[in-house]
Amino acid sequence: MTPATSLLSPADVDAIWLTLKLAGTTTVLLLLLGTPLAWWLAHSRARWRGVINALVALPLILPPTVLGFYLLVAMGPDGPIGRFTAAAGLHALPFTFAGLVLGSLIYSLPFVVQPIRDAFIAIGPRPREVAATLGARPLDAFFSVILPLARPGFLTATVLGFAHTVGEFGVVLMIGGNIPQETRVVAIQIYDHVEALEYTQAHWLAGGMLLFSFVVLLALHLLNDRRAQA
Amino acid sequence: MTPDTTLGFDLALDLPQLAIRAAATVPGVGVTALFGASGSGKTTLLRMLAGLEPAGRGQIRLGGTCWQDDASGLRLPTHQRPLAFVFQEASLFAHLNVRDNLAYGLARARAAQVIRFDDAVGWLGIAHLLARRPAHLSGGERQRVAIARALLAQPRLLLMDEPLSAVDADGRDAILDTLEQLPARLGIPVVYVSHSIEEVARLADHLLLMSGGRIIADGPTNTILTRCDLPLAHGAHAGAVVHTTIRQHDPAHHLTTLAFTGGELTVGAVDRAVGSAVRVRIAARDIAIALNPPADSSVLNHLRAQVMEISDDPNPAHCLVRLEVGNVQLLARITHLSRERLGLAAGTAVWALVKGVAVR
Amino acid sequence: MLRRCRSLIAVALLATMPAAFAGELTVAVAANFARPVEVMAPVFTAATGHQLRISTGSTGKFYAQIQRGAPFDVFLSADEARPALLETEGRIVPGSRFVYSVGRLALWHATPGRTLTPDTLRADIAGRVAIANPKIAPYGAAAAAAIAHLGLTDALGPRLVHGENIAQTFQFVATGNAAFGFVAWSQVSENGAVVRGSAWLVPPDMHPPIRQSAVLLRHGADNPAAVAFMTFLKSDAARQIIRQHGYDVE
Repeated sequence: MTPATSLLSPADVDAIWLTLKLAGTTTVLLLLLGTPLAWWLAHSRARWRGVINALVALPLILPPTVLGFYLLVAMGPDGPIGRFTAAAGLHALPFTFAGLVLGSLIYSLPFVVQPIRDAFIAIGPRPREVAATLGARPLDAFFSVILPLARPGFLTATVLGFAHTVGEFGVVLMIGGNIPQETRVVAIQIYDHVEALEYTQAHWLAGGMLLFSFVVLLALHLLNDRRAQA
Repeated sequence: MTPDTTLGFDLALDLPQLAIRAAATVPGVGVTALFGASGSGKTTLLRMLAGLEPAGRGQIRLGGTCWQDDASGLRLPTHQRPLAFVFQEASLFAHLNVRDNLAYGLARARAAQVIRFDDAVGWLGIAHLLARRPAHLSGGERQRVAIARALLAQPRLLLMDEPLSAVDADGRDAILDTLEQLPARLGIPVVYVSHSIEEVARLADHLLLMSGGRIIADGPTNTILTRCDLPLAHGAHAGAVVHTTIRQHDPAHHLTTLAFTGGELTVGAVDRAVGSAVRVRIAARDIAIALNPPADSSVLNHLRAQVMEISDDPNPAHCLVRLEVGNVQLLARITHLSRERLGLAAGTAVWALVKGVAVR
Repeated sequence: MLRRCRSLIAVALLATMPAAFAGELTVAVAANFARPVEVMAPVFTAATGHQLRISTGSTGKFYAQIQRGAPFDVFLSADEARPALLETEGRIVPGSRFVYSVGRLALWHATPGRTLTPDTLRADIAGRVAIANPKIAPYGAAAAAAIAHLGLTDALGPRLVHGENIAQTFQFVATGNAAFGFVAWSQVSENGAVVRGSAWLVPPDMHPPIRQSAVLLRHGADNPAAVAFMTFLKSDAARQIIRQHGYDVE
């Protein structure tokens, strides 16, 4: 028996792999969807920008289980999302990986959108204007100037979005259904271990998660420090 | 025949604290200063020319090309206008080194390349900075790079918004030297926003005077500077700008003689070849007036002049006398007492005693 | 003036008298049994003068908290196992452990008016079937046993989703995300009749009994209120409340 298998059961390994897949998918999607949203929040003068800002921040204060419960209702056969998926001929979202991704997108939204939005605001209009006077069209200016200048913000967003999704529990608890390799992520696995009095396994997984989170945050600080010095 | 590069505009923009209504024609070559007090709308007008004020309305035409005509719904976005803009404060891209900053505009130039990379780098003296990041440049170095980057965008119109305001005095002088050489090299209109009369006097051939969002005077620099009905003639730094050429050097006395239509000026040695054009500034407080040529005075420069106009000065003891020397207008600030004693009036023939000439 | 002050003090003292003599206890209740305890509380107070403070949560978390010295006097578990463990660990008053209720399992569907039988699960093959996690919840283990007894383990396997507890399992079905669920009879019935959706009461011989044990914890050993509550739990009044809420008693 190798040490790895004695410490982590195959179900634990499945849960870890699933968690990383969920966090990775969520983070990539959030960067793609959150960047235009962050841009709009940073630059729009629309009156309802405040409303959107508040909605984006809502998952920060909403208890995850509440968010999860509303998602469960919304994704259910009588909910708006459920009706849409049914009308579109898609599989119902609860108890599926896709459902978890949708839940995580909402749950981790502020952690990705806010740092990017703040980076855009900090950059201000000047670099865009300079780029325009030098002949760069807006999209060109965005990729050649704004994106590199906003790099620390994107770094923070990526790390926080990923780490926060890894630590997600309440939402998954509500909409996951605890299906191995589909919705049973590490946080749920730890919960089950604790509830089943399997404290040793719980310790290994929880300790691993703690270490992972610490390393991620440490790396973030080191990277930002190095940038600040450069 | 050289192509028409005249800039014409007629623009309007309503800001909460200022309404801009500005129309003018800017000569196709040389520096046109946009001068006025802070808050007069200079920078906003410059930004409107660049298309950086979305709410700005009106017409802009450069040579034969229309950039903006809101009446017919035409409006080129900034990136399609073949211009370059030098901003007031450092505006280099922090993530790129100097070379890549310069290359940014060059790669996106909207007109055929006439200014080569090495030329711009040489003119601005920044060859030793190419590998550096903007964070490691001084204020003066940053603006040199910004100017070179603007030139490399191959502009048909160069807009500069107080480019030296964030540069220390030494750096400013050095950059002004460079800028003085630019118009001859470029052959395009340069609009230069400033509130420093010294910069305007050194650089500008043409002057647009702005106040309260409007252009209140428009003409050759010296004409505007010496017009007694305009505020410039009444400031502490009032004076005239004279275009001269170097006639001869007197190494023994460390002096140089300059010639212009109104006569000669002897000044401290100027380190340029005979025949070079030199622009000098003569402050109103540096001219004294005499009815006869002084026989025994330490003042070197005596010019035969005619009184054109006398007007009051903010200081009640003083009056402002506009003199014509050759075809050049000069200003002299003298006391009312002197004016009475000398019996000065428009048309009086006098001698202007020039106590100081600023060559830079 | 002085007299008035004195009489006020006397009234105040009188008002605090019952509290001074009556006790108070904190009871940790497994979430599924929270409602019956809430109903019992005023009855208990009326009978004994003692106040009941109710803390609800999951049996697993209570177990971990009690192990680390949580200040509960009485623990009403959702299972038999953890009270037994606490007894082995010496954290309860010896001999205080007893089964206070036996849970009943129901097959449940959110729409009222349907007649549910075991055959419903065979015939209606669309949709998910929710059960509590058999690994951690007694109702889940009972549900898994009932499914095995019906010979449906393989057929239902891919359709099963697990709630972390019986409340969440109920939620999955109530929101329509699962077509059927094995829930607690106590969640869907009152006084022996179905009051929500449609249900089939699973016969008790199809699964091991869902026995829930109560224990007097060491923390409550010297608390007269706690001792009184343990006695009250065995009274006819308490047993009647328990039955009304869909539990059996032994």
